[in-house]
Amino acid sequence: MISRFVCVFLSLLFLSSPVWAHEEKSEHLTISHPWSRATAPSQKVGAVFMTIKTNGNRSDRLIGAQSPDAETVQIHNHTMDNGVMRMRRVDAVTIPADGEAVLAPGGFHIMLIGLKAPLFEETVIPLTLVFEKAGKVEIEAVVEAAGARQATGATKPMMDGKPDGQHGGHNR
Amino acid sequence: MNRKLPIIVVTFVVVVFAFGAWLNLRVAEPPENTPVGGMVVNVNIGGPFDLIDHTGARMKDESLRGKYALIYFGYTFCPDVCPTELGEIAVALDELGEAGEQVTPVMITIDPERDTPEVLAEYVPLFHDRLVGLTGTDAEIKDVAEKYRVFYRRFEDPSFTFYLMDHTSFVYLIDPKGAVASMFRYGTLPEDMADAIRQHMRARADS
Ligand SMILES: [Cu+2]
Repeated sequence: MISRFVCVFLSLLFLSSPVWAHEEKSEHLTISHPWSRATAPSQKVGAVFMTIKTNGNRSDRLIGAQSPDAETVQIHNHTMDNGVMRMRRVDAVTIPADGEAVLAPGGFHIMLIGLKAPLFEETVIPLTLVFEKAGKVEIEAVVEAAGARQATGATKPMMDGKPDGQHGGHNR
Repeated sequence: MNRKLPIIVVTFVVVVFAFGAWLNLRVAEPPENTPVGGMVVNVNIGGPFDLIDHTGARMKDESLRGKYALIYFGYTFCPDVCPTELGEIAVALDELGEAGEQVTPVMITIDPERDTPEVLAEYVPLFHDRLVGLTGTDAEIKDVAEKYRVFYRRFEDPSFTFYLMDHTSFVYLIDPKGAVASMFRYGTLPEDMADAIRQHMRARADS
């Protein structure tokens, strides 16, 4: 709760700038840099990315999500087959004990289906993540530019472009 | 009454469709063992097109001549892969600096049903101020996609109220004469794309 207050405080403090690293910490989980991309009015779908870390030796599973900004929210993954990208629904994303799950372009994401309004850059999307053990965790995803490759302020590149042509690279 | 006839007919249809799908997938198979900075294109790929741009005007491949072009096949309803690729193209062009002005970014939709010129007009400026969005009739899109060996297929999930598209995700570098000079896989870093374009430009200048 305190960290949530800090997060809101920081967001108010830096309201004029989208560059504010943010993090949601609960007892067992740390959720870093939830972000999404701006959409055009005709786009009725969006994807939310983030890194979820377990604090300590308890694994968990992200089993659902909700948002007032979309009619339906699902967990999705991408698979690449002979150069064909396919996006499919998955039941859960496992976060290993003392480890992390990366939701990033080309891999796992939280899919917002039936957006009620276009996503504008520098706004936030409220989301409730549902975990098997940790229960519900409230977060806010920052909307970045439509062509953003990662969250502003995130240090890790989201794509590795290995010579073997692997895409994303974080989804297995 | 031949009760087996329907089964035979169904089997025949399934076999024909499976063969068609196999052919399609074969066409979409990328060349193997390709370097990171773009693939060497040795098959006959690309060709002329006559489509409608995001302003509603007709546009032929010829109008891209004299400059390089980066062509991507995608669709605006695409939640992740297409914005990623278009974002990479935009960064690659920025990376090229002044030379980037000699490259026209183009997105050809593989979802002409949704992607009218009006829809494209709202979409393309989100990525790059010079990005050209192209659409056409189903037949026109099918034709250009076949020329570029792009595989696409409608995908309907019962849990969606709409359809998505499965599609190959390559970026094509077209040289000023209209030939496909290189292809970039999904996940190619913009820096690598920019490097490959620079190499092509240098090779042209030397020859
Ligand atoms: Cu999705």
